[in-house]
Amino acid sequence: MRSRKPNIIRLGDRAVLLEWDFEINEKNLFWLLNLKELIIKKLYELKVEVINTYNSILISYVYSIEYVYDADFWLNAFDFNEVSVENIQQDTFILPVCYDLQFGIDLNEISIKKDMEISEIINLHTASDYTLYFMGFLPGFLYLGGMDDRLAFPRKNQPRKSIEKGAVGIAENQTGIYPKSSPAGWQIIGNCPVPLFNPKSERPSPFSPGDKIKFNAVSLEEYLDIKQAIKQEKYELKKHGNND
Amino acid sequence: MTEIEVISPGFYSTIQDMGRVGFAKYGVPKSGCMDSFSAKKANLLVGNDSNDAVLEITMTGPTLVFHGDSSIAISGAQFDLQLNDCHIENDKAYKVSAGDKLVFNSLREGFRAYLAISGGFQTMKLLDSRSMYEEITDSIKIERGDRLPIISKSEEKENKGASVNFEIKGIFENEINLYEGPEFYLLRGDQKELLFKNSFTVSQSSNRMAIQMKEDFQNNLKGIVTGPVVPGTVQLTPGGTLIILMRDCQVTGGYPRILQLSELGICTLAQKRPGDSVFFKLLTP
Repeated sequence: MRSRKPNIIRLGDRAVLLEWDFEINEKNLFWLLNLKELIIKKLYELKVEVINTYNSILISYVYSIEYVYDADFWLNAFDFNEVSVENIQQDTFILPVCYDLQFGIDLNEISIKKDMEISEIINLHTASDYTLYFMGFLPGFLYLGGMDDRLAFPRKNQPRKSIEKGAVGIAENQTGIYPKSSPAGWQIIGNCPVPLFNPKSERPSPFSPGDKIKFNAVSLEEYLDIKQAIKQEKYELKKHGNND
Repeated sequence: MTEIEVISPGFYSTIQDMGRVGFAKYGVPKSGCMDSFSAKKANLLVGNDSNDAVLEITMTGPTLVFHGDSSIAISGAQFDLQLNDCHIENDKAYKVSAGDKLVFNSLREGFRAYLAISGGFQTMKLLDSRSMYEEITDSIKIERGDRLPIISKSEEKENKGASVNFEIKGIFENEINLYEGPEFYLLRGDQKELLFKNSFTVSQSSNRMAIQMKEDFQNNLKGIVTGPVVPGTVQLTPGGTLIILMRDCQVTGGYPRILQLSELGICTLAQKRPGDSVFFKLLTP
């Protein structure tokens, strides 16, 4: 295996960025998440925040710059090749998505341009196991990998001024869910009734990097039932553990 | 309980502390005082912790009435300040009593002032912070008629006439301290030179999320794989816009990160108005 030593970059006086040029895939993600856990343990006593993206880890220091120098020092001495590539503990979440044309406002266009039945688009979109790489862009927005290549479709030429909260979209080879109403350039194919971000909860999002997400197609009726159940706080997100 | 009544809110006044730490993994912006140095100074003057919530006042100030006795201090941007019939100054602690009225008149220097009150503001705390932010707190700025609760201090420190010799070098100057960013090396030599030779102008499209520069900065850099960004990250768009991310910025981005402001650099930029020009000063780590 190639050396796993990252490019270590100081990001200002309060953060250190570790960056790799490896391929974005699940194996590398698991390796990155294992390393992230090691760093969190190692720096437990300092006030730091550690996040990952596809190919980076950012260590942010809340207060003093001095610690950043320490970080440079131990990171340079760290043996990155020793970090495990083992799978991490992960959950699988089932998210309901309603692909009714009322929500899937770009389904017709994609269907025509791809010469693909709408039902096939839905089948392909619900067939994959998606992997959560990280959250960013908006609070609760999931960066998911694993969409079927056959669904890849360019962004809209002109972004929409506003799309609904929960809109499920496709942009190039990515798929995602808008956690709030927002301007959007993505092609919208459905809507997920389950809120993805709750600032009033100590854990504002139930997901963690490495988790699996599956989309489950629901009818408009089921969609409305779920919305109602959420309102009455009776809805429970479906989840499978590792060994289920 | 001591409260502050908002008679008029000013252009954009928000409650801020040092922001949210530990929630970037959920995509939550850090938020917090744009000019953290001045906010800390005001807090210290009234015997608060530096993370206690203060009022961040932008461009035009509020008129406030106190309901209860306390002490206050104002730091950062220089407004003409009036407490009842008296003129008061920045960077000094003043006693206030029930019924006292504080008016922020004309802005003389800088762009953002901080009002600290003994005990700190006690507005809604979510995800470990009172910093107002659209996706998180119910209010995004203070409004006319609000009554802002203040945390009561069991043992109030005597701060009358206190002043803190807390030197902040140059937050009103036009030099912005920064470091090379992760994609700085992708710029050509002449482009790097231009960054430090030319001045840049703060554009109108600037807010707590980002401050843009007016000048076009021609470049041929491509987007990057979406990666981490932090307050102070300077992004360069393919269209040639320099976007300096500020406290409410997203946690990830896809534009090349060519420069990174220091903490002081962020505070200095936070005191600039649209139309002000700045120079970038490169620091070596």
